[in-house]
Amino acid sequence: MMSVREKRQSATAEAVRSVMKRHGRWSRLEIGFWLIAVAAWFLLPGEHLILTEIVIFAILALSIDLVLGYAGIVTLGQAAMYGVGAYASGLLSIHVTGEPLTGLLVAALAGALIAFPTSFLLLRGADLTRLMVTLGVAAVLHEIANQASWLTGGADGLQGIAIDPLFGTFEFDIYGHTGYAYSLVVLFILLLLARFVTASPFGYSLKAIRDNPLRASAVGIPVKARLVAVYTLSGAYAGIAGALFTQTQQFISLDVLSFQKSADGLMVLVIGGTGYLYGGLVGALAYELIQDALSSVTPQYWQFWLGALLIAFVITGRDRPRQLINSISARISRPRQPGRLDAVTVADKGKPT
Amino acid sequence: MLTLLFDGLAYGMLLFVLSCGLAVTLGLMNFINLAHGAFAMAGGYVTVLMTNRWGVPFLLTLPIAFMVTAIAGGLLEKALYCRLYDKTHLDQVLFSIGLVFIAVAGVDYLMGSQQQILNLPDFLRGRFTVGGIGIGVYRAFLVVVCGLLAIALQLILAHTRFGSRLRASVDDRRVARGVGIRVNVIFAVTFAIGSGLAGLGGALGAEILGLDPTFPLKFMVYFLIVVSVGGTSSMTGPLVASILLGVADVLGKYYVPSLGGFIIYIVLVAVLVLRPHGLFSRAA
Repeated sequence: MMSVREKRQSATAEAVRSVMKRHGRWSRLEIGFWLIAVAAWFLLPGEHLILTEIVIFAILALSIDLVLGYAGIVTLGQAAMYGVGAYASGLLSIHVTGEPLTGLLVAALAGALIAFPTSFLLLRGADLTRLMVTLGVAAVLHEIANQASWLTGGADGLQGIAIDPLFGTFEFDIYGHTGYAYSLVVLFILLLLARFVTASPFGYSLKAIRDNPLRASAVGIPVKARLVAVYTLSGAYAGIAGALFTQTQQFISLDVLSFQKSADGLMVLVIGGTGYLYGGLVGALAYELIQDALSSVTPQYWQFWLGALLIAFVITGRDRPRQLINSISARISRPRQPGRLDAVTVADKGKPT
Repeated sequence: MLTLLFDGLAYGMLLFVLSCGLAVTLGLMNFINLAHGAFAMAGGYVTVLMTNRWGVPFLLTLPIAFMVTAIAGGLLEKALYCRLYDKTHLDQVLFSIGLVFIAVAGVDYLMGSQQQILNLPDFLRGRFTVGGIGIGVYRAFLVVVCGLLAIALQLILAHTRFGSRLRASVDDRRVARGVGIRVNVIFAVTFAIGSGLAGLGGALGAEILGLDPTFPLKFMVYFLIVVSVGGTSSMTGPLVASILLGVADVLGKYYVPSLGGFIIYIVLVAVLVLRPHGLFSRAA
């Protein structure tokens, strides 16, 4: 016989489970997004190069979203893992094998390998300290890549990267046809994984940490272990983004480790909105479109307008894109099963920082 | 060796003047302002323009550089910064990065991307020798000017009514407002003075640090290091931190050039890991 208390507990567990399941469900907007992304491969064959770039940016931003949007770690050093992933896959293709999937794996490992020790440095201190530590790590790696020119080519960049055809059949062509399809599939898989992770109890515990680390540790969440885990995961993501960059461009310059890269990634994410995974994707698209439009107007000074946009964006409030997407999403999907559990719904309202 | 130490000292003093404004905004007001270098750059360009194109004496351009950037800083504070005091750190970071982009591209457009060279007056050039140490006249000048500034700042903060009002506003904004301190005005004035000091530092440093449109990005890390390593409890922390940083940087680049670029970052990460609130902070 169950006691009353046990019954109540199991009822609560049931309710929580169904709420979580509902949060993990695909919305129509998401499905539409992916249909469009796939359709772009068929309909816009001339734009595949830029689309590939967008996808890579999106993965970088996705990796930042995992730490910033979910765990609340402000980082300005994601380029560290991105760049190391890029160099790792580039060096692998030169010295060992040009097989692209191996390259991705190695880059993910390399990114995680950098992120794991770094994450321990992030456990102490507040936003500013974290900002400085991530920035510092990226700067050290940038300097190492610059000095070790026998390995990385230094300021001249790493040349002579040759990537084998994907699965032995699909050659990486100069129009980016293979590149776009390949990157898009990788992005999709990574997003699926991120979706799974963030909709899991692990993901919810991250949000708890983000919103109030002290209280989170009071209810028994191992705060430090969770932060280390998510930062390492995000490092692997960033490494994969770097590897995709290497494999589709077949050239690496020191820029992959630069502050600019980290700042761009952060900007992309913020344009799209943090804490719902699609922010990076939407942001990357918007960022490239804005950059494209601006640089065709003022090729040399487009950063000026980018800066102005950024300021306007922050001043008017950066929740706007997210709200827009939410309202569209709400309009598209029919209300299902109104009532019962809405009160329990763990709304993701809090500002993710 | 001693010459190098002196160079490092001069460099460190310069860094102090450049970053003490940031120590106040970031350290005391808790506003992450990555655009601090933009004000320094503005000061540098004011000085270079006036001495090279219009022939204004160098020494006269220094106070002008201070005034111009202070006014610019004050206006920006009133227009934009003051809206961001209560926002999250992420917002502040993004906002100030945006400002840096604008400054870099704007200066590039107005002045061109080449390095600007400052024509120093003759009496500040050359070297002299004291007790076997070769000292550059300009470096000695820097040490004196920056040292005086540091002392003046510490006195203002610690012993004037304005200083105590500022400290009160920082410690508890609401209570300070409650006892009749006009917190907004205090913050605006402080911000303007901080920007002005950055401008002055940029003007003084145009000769040593070099001046081109990427200045705010290149030196952003240095400023942040000074503040985060130095802590914020007084002006002494940033001063010691900037001198340490200057000496370490100069010596490092001279003796182990291949490691030169790393040293500051390694020191930074090490200090932050061991003392997350800076070397000289009050216990948090």
